[in-house]
Amino acid sequence: MSRIGVFVCWCGSNIAGTVDVEKVRDEASKIPGVVSAVDYKYMCSDPGQNSLRNVIKEKNLTGVVLAACSPHMHENTFRKAAIKEGLNPYFVEIANIREQVSWVHDDKERATSKAVDLMTMMVEKVKRDRSIDDVKVPLHKKTLVIGGGISGIQAALDIANGGVEVLLVEKEPSIGGRMIQLDETFPTLDCSSCIMTPKMVEVNQHPNIKLYTYSEVTDVSGYIGNFKIKIKKKARSVVEKDCTGCGNCWNVCPMHKNVKSEFNVNLSERTAIYVPFPQAVPLIPALDRAVCLHFKKGGKCVKCYEACGPKCIDFNLQDEIVEETVGAIVAATGYDLIENSLYGEYGYGKYKDVVSGLQFERLLSASGPTEGLVKRPSDGATPKTIVFIQCVGSRDPEKGVPYCSKVCCMYTAKHAKLFAHKVHGSQSYVFYIDIRATSKGYEEFVRGTMEQDGAIYLRGRVSRIYEDEGKLIIKGADTLSGNQVEIAADMVVLATGVIPKKGSDKVAQMLGISYDKYGFYTESHPKLRPTESSTAGIFLAGMAQGPRDIPESVVSGSAAASKILGLFSKDEYEVEGTIASVNEATCVACFYCRRVCAYNAISGKDIKDRSGKLIKVVANVNPGLCVGCGACVNACFSKTIDVKGFMDDQIYAEIRSLSV
Amino acid sequence: MEDKKEELAKTSGDNDPRIIAFVCNWCTYSGADLAGTSRMKYADNVRVIKLPCSGRIDPMFIVEAFKKGAKGVLISGCHPGDCHYISGNYHSRRKYAIFRNLLGFLGVDLNRVEFSWVSASEGNKWVHIINEFTDKIKSLKNGSNDIFKK
Repeated sequence: MSRIGVFVCWCGSNIAGTVDVEKVRDEASKIPGVVSAVDYKYMCSDPGQNSLRNVIKEKNLTGVVLAACSPHMHENTFRKAAIKEGLNPYFVEIANIREQVSWVHDDKERATSKAVDLMTMMVEKVKRDRSIDDVKVPLHKKTLVIGGGISGIQAALDIANGGVEVLLVEKEPSIGGRMIQLDETFPTLDCSSCIMTPKMVEVNQHPNIKLYTYSEVTDVSGYIGNFKIKIKKKARSVVEKDCTGCGNCWNVCPMHKNVKSEFNVNLSERTAIYVPFPQAVPLIPALDRAVCLHFKKGGKCVKCYEACGPKCIDFNLQDEIVEETVGAIVAATGYDLIENSLYGEYGYGKYKDVVSGLQFERLLSASGPTEGLVKRPSDGATPKTIVFIQCVGSRDPEKGVPYCSKVCCMYTAKHAKLFAHKVHGSQSYVFYIDIRATSKGYEEFVRGTMEQDGAIYLRGRVSRIYEDEGKLIIKGADTLSGNQVEIAADMVVLATGVIPKKGSDKVAQMLGISYDKYGFYTESHPKLRPTESSTAGIFLAGMAQGPRDIPESVVSGSAAASKILGLFSKDEYEVEGTIASVNEATCVACFYCRRVCAYNAISGKDIKDRSGKLIKVVANVNPGLCVGCGACVNACFSKTIDVKGFMDDQIYAEIRSLSV
Repeated sequence: MEDKKEELAKTSGDNDPRIIAFVCNWCTYSGADLAGTSRMKYADNVRVIKLPCSGRIDPMFIVEAFKKGAKGVLISGCHPGDCHYISGNYHSRRKYAIFRNLLGFLGVDLNRVEFSWVSASEGNKWVHIINEFTDKIKSLKNGSNDIFKK
């Protein structure tokens, strides 16, 4: 039999001014099951809470209803008071008679009647409350970081420095990501590889970091604290522990003219056995079996094997699957550029001297195909005039993407500046829509490009580019002067917008995290939880979340790391107990619940008899993943699954209590 | 006893309809709280039942509410894209879209069911919706009486 205590709060005159609290109290005492009904000036005050505790103790209450302010205000306060008297906190319910009664209504009689209704409703609910225990999930203190770009590296280093083991998985043969492809970085013009390579080396040497390059995460299951992962180490054809990185193998590879270098964005060639760039970490080549003559011509070519001193080349190596358990995951999969070929009018792919921003980075870079001398891809001549076009693909809902790619204004200003520094007497023209230079030192940087380095900025778009007598003719508009302009240039650089890394949607599906219509990973809350994904224990970093520059990527990597170190500062992760539960006796295993669950919290569970024979399969809720939204409850035909704290019988009782 | 009450409600002519609102905890309930903290005033006919998510709102709750004498039922959750539970409000919207047809088929006056999005910052929208909805129901031909179309 229920023994319920109802406590009606005056909240000074906040409630008592509009609601007849004594009437509410008297009505409460008439409800069957209510053994105590009192009113008090301030229930949340210390004496108020003490009186609550006294009544719980004296009357041995099985449930408490507070007719008071919103549960969002003081539910926790009263639950804590109940815990102190040994009452399960989920036996405390709040009837919101302040925010939703006294403060919004004037008529005292009608407000009182509504307050009585809300109080009665909660009495009926609390009668049907069950004891709920919060769920504790053990934490496996190891982290998986997917993506070895700057944000992934930053996250890995911060976590590892905090004393937690990290597995860093990178798809390419070397870590470094996009940042290592860049020449100099805005707005300070420090050399990207000079600040990046020490970090890459640190990762490789860190005792807490296990580096998996040329590898991919192929499977993730489980939940916060207990993710079971599979990493596929692609066959490198090189025994890593024996390789010295001497370079004899790639120097003798006959395939040196046939394969475009991904690292140099197709501006140069690489061999079949290769390191993507000289400072690669680890400095161990990978053999690209898709192009290697040994694999294509039935084992005839073994030149690299012959040249290798330690004989570490092994053509028979197979893909290897590594299984690990981690407690948290960072998804930092990075970005790609929008396909320039969408813009036929700019002649990308047709004219060799129309290049993307990333290609121009490689042309500027001392480690690039031209060793840092700005040369045209077509004939190797030094360009004197370059036209830069901003917002190629970005802010273009018709052909590209509607969002702003954020970094292009700044990298174009940097390109124009570096071009002016490297080729004296040269001239840059920049076509732009708006200049977005909003971080520290950015506006001054763009100003400097215009004023000191003489770049001419034209507000408008380019309609067409064509070749005429060895020059590229750019036809565009200058909307500020209202004139059509025509520029004869030696080169054109397209400031191409960014899109999520190809395949990042597959990674999201594997991880069970959500992504927006462009493929960028979505945050748990865009403002207040910007580093957390929708799935507990999975964190986000870098451009995978959306366009951002290097400092922001570093910040997000560090933020994810600090969240994970915070999570791992305890041994167990506590989940609120108000989650879904399955009645295994009535479950028919239709798994409609699984279809609507946005958190992948439902799986199948085998029910076996004593001899181990399978009797049936039922739905099973993973407490580490379930958040208690209750979508599954409505999907369940057999009324088998219910969400604790908001059970069907409770809601129906609430509705019934409102009978008129 | 309960049948008697229902009978009574059908015949009472004071035009004081009972409205039951099923709302999610994160957006609409907080929006209604905000209306309170901002001391906005609205019709006192509504009784709010809080659920974790609009995706938890079973269409049978609506039936039960009408059975128990409600003259209007409101369902409200987070705006599309803002669901605290990623997609609960989409489930709710789909379910409602289909269930509304069924209610219409049964002859329920569809003016008596309302679906809306109210965010935690939209105290004024909550006030507006409650007042409009209450006025609408009062203005219906049957007013506080029969929920069925005649």
